[in-house]
Amino acid sequence: MTTEIKEVKDIPKTATEDSFIQGMKDCIPTLLGYISIGFAFGVVGIASNLSILEIFLLSALVYAGSAQFIFAGLYVAGAPMSVIIITTFIVNLRHFLMSLTVAPYFTRYSALRNVGFGSLLTDETFGVAVTKAGKEKQLGGRWMDGLNLTAYLTWIASCVVGGLVGNWIPNPERWGLDYALVAMFIALLVLNLANASKNKLMHYIKLIGCVFGILYILSYFMPSHLAVLITTIIVATIGVITEK
Amino acid sequence: MTTTFMMFLLILGCAFVTWLPRVIPFILVRNIELPKVVLRWLQFIPVCILSALVFQSLFNTEGKFVTLHWESTIAFVPTLFIALWTKSLSKTVVAGVLTVAVLRNFF
Repeated sequence: MTTEIKEVKDIPKTATEDSFIQGMKDCIPTLLGYISIGFAFGVVGIASNLSILEIFLLSALVYAGSAQFIFAGLYVAGAPMSVIIITTFIVNLRHFLMSLTVAPYFTRYSALRNVGFGSLLTDETFGVAVTKAGKEKQLGGRWMDGLNLTAYLTWIASCVVGGLVGNWIPNPERWGLDYALVAMFIALLVLNLANASKNKLMHYIKLIGCVFGILYILSYFMPSHLAVLITTIIVATIGVITEK
Repeated sequence: MTTTFMMFLLILGCAFVTWLPRVIPFILVRNIELPKVVLRWLQFIPVCILSALVFQSLFNTEGKFVTLHWESTIAFVPTLFIALWTKSLSKTVVAGVLTVAVLRNFF
């Protein structure tokens, strides 16, 4: 718990070595998030009448926290297959923007490796990668693999363990573990802002104000995940137009 | 340890629709060069999407009006403070979870 904190502060402005181990290390601060949310999903999955095998398949194949929770909720409510699939698609469409942001750093790698980078991209690995890219202006493939695989395996293990002990934990929300995800978004946002110059910072803060207002208004008209996506598209466009 | 064939198909379907948006951009940018303006636009994505995800968690959309979810909003303050102060992911996550656990157990 102490080593990674030092790293976040001490990452040099020049690029660090592109190593798998470094990717694993940079993943460590996010693991508490994966473990607590994955665990909570396992518990919720069991409560939603999913089997351990189904929990495993969801975490290994869908590999997306919010989508898995919504899957469980819709499934237990008896929603038709088409509704579950379309909702899952919309909930995860934000990953398109995240992939598009990270992908330009990896064009020198083969198509197959790029498929690998993309397949394992999550909110958190995106957050860690763009934070590093913001500081060092480049990303390495081995580093990305280390980051991605650590997150992926931790996620699957956490979901399955949550499912296994799910029967004994009636009320996981009591422990606040679901807030780990929000806290992680807050930290990643702050880390991204910390990389910006003074001029840019003021611009970003104004844009964050726009995000608040537009997201609030859109929340009246559409499901929240769609509102997040459309708000991001609108405000990033405002960002380009108002940039000096 | 069971599943049905239909359930397996359903999970595969969901896996496919979550995989496509993650992978398509990685293939796309290898084959076409993105225009400068798109690259400038992408610069703004991290801050916009992360702040949108944070605010989304604060909004309560269940009632007639969209309001702030009091518990998340109260927890937001110390969590943001710890994030600004420590610049550490793990400390921020611990602070956020602890705050919410305290709120749910003592208030």
